[in-house]
Amino acid sequence: MSKSKEKLVEVRNLKKHFKVGRKQILKAVDGLTFDIYKGETFGLVGESGSGKSTAGRTIMRLYDATEGQVMFKGKSVHGKKTKDELKELNQNMQMIFQDPYASLNPRMTVMDIIAEGLDIHGLVKTKEERQRKVNELLKIVGLNEEHANRYPHEFSGGQRQRIGIARALAVEPEFIVADEPISALDVSIQAQVVNLLKRLQEERGLTYLFIAHDLSMVRHISDRVGVMYLGKMMEIAPSDKLYTSPLHPYTRALLSAVPIPDPEVERKRERIQIKGELPSPINPPSGCVFRTRCPFAKDVCAKEVPAFAEYRDGQWAACHMHDERFKEHFKSDLEKIQ
Amino acid sequence: MSQQTIKQSDFTPIQYTEAETEKIVGESTSYWKDAWRRFKKNKLAIGGVIIIILLAVMSLAGPYMTEYNYYENDLINANQSPSAEHWFGTDNLGRDMFARTWEGAKISLFIGLTAAIIDLIIGVIWGSVSGYIGGRVDEIMMRIADILSALPYLLVVILLMVVMPQGLWTLILAMTITGWINMARIVRGEVMRLKNEEYVLAAKSLGASTTRIIARHLVPNMLGPILVTLTLTVPSAIFTEAFLSFLGLGVPAPLASWGTMTSDGLASLRYYPYQLFFPAFFISLTMLAFNVVGDGLRDAFDPKDKR
Repeated sequence: MSKSKEKLVEVRNLKKHFKVGRKQILKAVDGLTFDIYKGETFGLVGESGSGKSTAGRTIMRLYDATEGQVMFKGKSVHGKKTKDELKELNQNMQMIFQDPYASLNPRMTVMDIIAEGLDIHGLVKTKEERQRKVNELLKIVGLNEEHANRYPHEFSGGQRQRIGIARALAVEPEFIVADEPISALDVSIQAQVVNLLKRLQEERGLTYLFIAHDLSMVRHISDRVGVMYLGKMMEIAPSDKLYTSPLHPYTRALLSAVPIPDPEVERKRERIQIKGELPSPINPPSGCVFRTRCPFAKDVCAKEVPAFAEYRDGQWAACHMHDERFKEHFKSDLEKIQ
Repeated sequence: MSQQTIKQSDFTPIQYTEAETEKIVGESTSYWKDAWRRFKKNKLAIGGVIIIILLAVMSLAGPYMTEYNYYENDLINANQSPSAEHWFGTDNLGRDMFARTWEGAKISLFIGLTAAIIDLIIGVIWGSVSGYIGGRVDEIMMRIADILSALPYLLVVILLMVVMPQGLWTLILAMTITGWINMARIVRGEVMRLKNEEYVLAAKSLGASTTRIIARHLVPNMLGPILVTLTLTVPSAIFTEAFLSFLGLGVPAPLASWGTMTSDGLASLRYYPYQLFFPAFFISLTMLAFNVVGDGLRDAFDPKDKR
């Protein structure tokens, strides 16, 4: 994985609000700011309903942003675009979807599914070229030519997901948003797909935004990880640091939920348990959104929204615990978790 | 019992290549093949298809099978009972009922099919635009449909008949003026269900235009329900035609449709019941056949709905 410092995608204060009913607003994504560097894999984790998928889709321009900006190679993704600009964007940014059973049109053959991007962007001139290109793509994802004329329902989940990957690769994108690409697959197939994604990244210098809720898989594939909760970013850190020394209590809680395959350790270690349910994003808690479930929450957490700041090298978090102003009030808690 | 010989070589591990493990053995089946396989099993529906085909063939060939035509009066031979000469008898003007029945079949089927196709075209376009764009556009388009369907149907038809000359196309217009609404509603519902499917999002992220998404992704996935609605529209259009003809709003003489024939036959029901029987029987038969086929198609396209 090449690590350049060249920014490919810049997300600035991105918000996506949905109208629910007459007056209520669902803040699915509420002020995300992060960068994705060229050639890296940025993992995005969080529990169900935290707005990961919405964030991915908004970055892809599948949803219009309510506020904020997404820049791809310095150019804004949202807003009015000419046809050519849109085409260029669509060709450079692609998406792999969560549900391999829903992401392939059941009435189209695999050939037509994979070639759709080629057709739209006019990347192939003749029928033979189209066929050759599709066969090539099938081979890349480990399927063979004779699969081209079959329909999606004849494939297994893992095979379908690979067809989805081939479709995304067809237009030769630079950036791929993988929206929980493995969560609907059997564990035995997950590794296969993840390894395929990794191999493709090495061969083609792809950049991924990898959305998932399986922390161990994200650790395996990501260079940096962002943790989302209720539409907000809680912490961003290089993946090794996130796993060894998390800053945010929520990250800590998520990590402690991952079982350790050693009964001795597993028995002794202390878990941080999060109480209760995810609050409704229609009516999120004041101040820090996590405070209702945070074991260390103080009054200040309800009053002030924690700033998202870099507390350690490359490690950003939104928590009062690490804020210089409030640090002493959290002293005992900080000692406890060290 | 034959003794199987087991050799040492039977225990060498089989080498799989990657291509072999990914191989799909079964025959490739498309959605249509699958639906046809299920449809074939439905005896009743197949019977319906055969009846429809027979009726269609007879509507074309029937008038030539007798030496009489449908419009010539023969007052001496008026009100003849069915006989070797006049297979279905003659009506009160001495016109041959056999020729008239098949001539009527031609017109009734034509009206039914045309009305259904016009409903289909308007309904699919209206419904998919309304469902796909959604929001305010959807609101306005569906309210227009609601208002149209809220108007008393008979009033609209009679007004139309006053303004326009009596004839085939006026009848078709009268039927389609509100007939498309049902189709539009079904298509809108399907589009709203399908437009958030991940494969539509995938097409969008590939940069597919709205027309492409509707034509390539949405319409093929709702052809099943559309086809079912279409087959069920035909009999209802034929029935509406019969009903309007019965009220005297049908095709002008000497043209015959099953509706005008039942209307004529009713007058002499007491003395010549066969004059009512034949057209009424064929209306019922056609309705039954189309309904059975429609039900069969629904079961074939969506086996989950089968009770």
